Amino acid sequence: MTEPTVWYGQLTTRRRLLARGFLFIAGGISWLAVFLLLPSLALFVVSFMKRDADGVLIWELTLESFARIFGSASGENARILIRSIVLALIATSASVTLAYPMGFFIARGSRRRRFFWLALVIVPLCTNLVIRTFSWKLLLSAQLMPAKLAAWLGWIDPGRDIYPSWTAVALGLVAASLPFAVVPLYTSIDRLDWSLVEAAQDLYASRLRVFFAAILPQTLPGLSVAVILTFVPAMSVFVVSDMLGGAKHWLIGNLIQHQFGPGRNIPYGAALSLLLIILTLGGVSLYRRNGRSVEIL
Amino acid sequence: MSSGRGPWRALTTVAAFFGFGLLYVPLLAVAMYSFNTAERGLIWTGFSVRWYIELLADPETSRRAREIREVAVNTLVLGGASTVISTVLGTLLALGMRFPWPSSVSRLLESIVDIPAVAPDITFAAVLVMAFNVLRRVVDHWFEPGMTTMIISHVTFEIAFVTLIVRSRLVAIGPTLSEAAMDLYASPWRHFRRVTLPLLWPAIVGGAMLAFTLSLNDFVISFFTSGPRSVTLPLYVYQSQMRGVRTDLFAISTLLLIGVAASIMILERLTRWRHN
Repeated sequence: MTEPTVWYGQLTTRRRLLARGFLFIAGGISWLAVFLLLPSLALFVVSFMKRDADGVLIWELTLESFARIFGSASGENARILIRSIVLALIATSASVTLAYPMGFFIARGSRRRRFFWLALVIVPLCTNLVIRTFSWKLLLSAQLMPAKLAAWLGWIDPGRDIYPSWTAVALGLVAASLPFAVVPLYTSIDRLDWSLVEAAQDLYASRLRVFFAAILPQTLPGLSVAVILTFVPAMSVFVVSDMLGGAKHWLIGNLIQHQFGPGRNIPYGAALSLLLIILTLGGVSLYRRNGRSVEIL
Repeated sequence: MSSGRGPWRALTTVAAFFGFGLLYVPLLAVAMYSFNTAERGLIWTGFSVRWYIELLADPETSRRAREIREVAVNTLVLGGASTVISTVLGTLLALGMRFPWPSSVSRLLESIVDIPAVAPDITFAAVLVMAFNVLRRVVDHWFEPGMTTMIISHVTFEIAFVTLIVRSRLVAIGPTLSEAAMDLYASPWRHFRRVTLPLLWPAIVGGAMLAFTLSLNDFVISFFTSGPRSVTLPLYVYQSQMRGVRTDLFAISTLLLIGVAASIMILERLTRWRHN
């Protein structure tokens, strides 16, 4: 600890260095400790606690909240969980599928054009989700074309809005995740080595084979970022399902929000939050292990 | 660059336009209806810019204009304050992380900084609610839901993003220039001022801009931690849309969109000017 070391061209001792380093990180780390790490611990503890009828916590260990999630009497909750996972998977795969052609389309243009189209992707990304979801609510209203078309096709009753419905929630979710998929995929597509693609074409590979053998492996880093950036928010979303769905279209996010708000069941909300963390981190790490490491952002 | 021929190319174009359509058709509908004369509802009654003018009306007389002004101020105060605090703390954290910590400590620091980038925002909000519930018992009226709790919450998730950006820049800069400065007998402070800081500045500015954008974009964490007097723009739009579709909300949303688009254009101009 006290032997002299050279650090960034400066002769010093390790202990002095660490003392200085501590001064740098002290502020940030104590902030995160007080407002993030310790409360996470509290969340964990509270998920095993009881509450009385007014929502006040009682110091008594119980597995009640977890039983409520997984127990036999939890039909509706289990359905909400499965729905959340399915919808998140749909949103992720739909936005990645759309993001590939969009990435190719953007990368095709000249420098100015590329900036223009990329900016068109980034503007929604920097616009609040509430406003974007609100705009879907407007577009799917009975008075506008999409609802009229759907009514004409017999999908909905004439004069009704398309929301609240799962179609509306799914549309809103895909539109919300799309920019998160396009930006990292575009970065990968822009750096593609086209000679490999041409080589595959010269060897008479079919279009699908070209994509899977020459393009997909090269865009894997971008793809894994895209999947994580779309899947995690889609799992926990509650704005979209709240505004375009409603009471009958709850996802796990709505369930958690309800426990911390009008439901006044903080232990149950805490247990659900833990479950959501495990589900998303599990999904992400599973994906990371199969894909490559996530380096670009 | 050859991205295939004939039908393949046409197919990507169609799919790409479908994607852009998903992003923009709803927003264009909002922009269009913001010029409707009707106060609520979606029946087109005529073109007017009335709602834009009303947003700027005298706050003394118009209740709505007063609300909007208050909400806009809240949003900017929240974004500004949280950006400043998180940029300072996040930059210091990134600078501190390159000290020769034992590997276990540096791994711990890295995973702490990674949490907010991967954790779902609703669990993040739940954790913050827990924090304020506990802290309220320790220090009484400091942590009542309101602007203070919102700023604290936003700082907590922004720090990590600032640190990630500044850190990657620090890694890219490497130690050689600092070593050169030290060899030339620069004092640590002088070396920091004249070497590290100028090299790091773009990353710090980038981190701050990201923090500000994240703050403006956040709804969930604000929703959990706000109080009755600290309504920000997203919360205001959310609360108003529950009471039905109002044309002035379209006008606000359109203005916001134009603001975002304009700031992206300006940023691009600024960076291009730098390059020249």
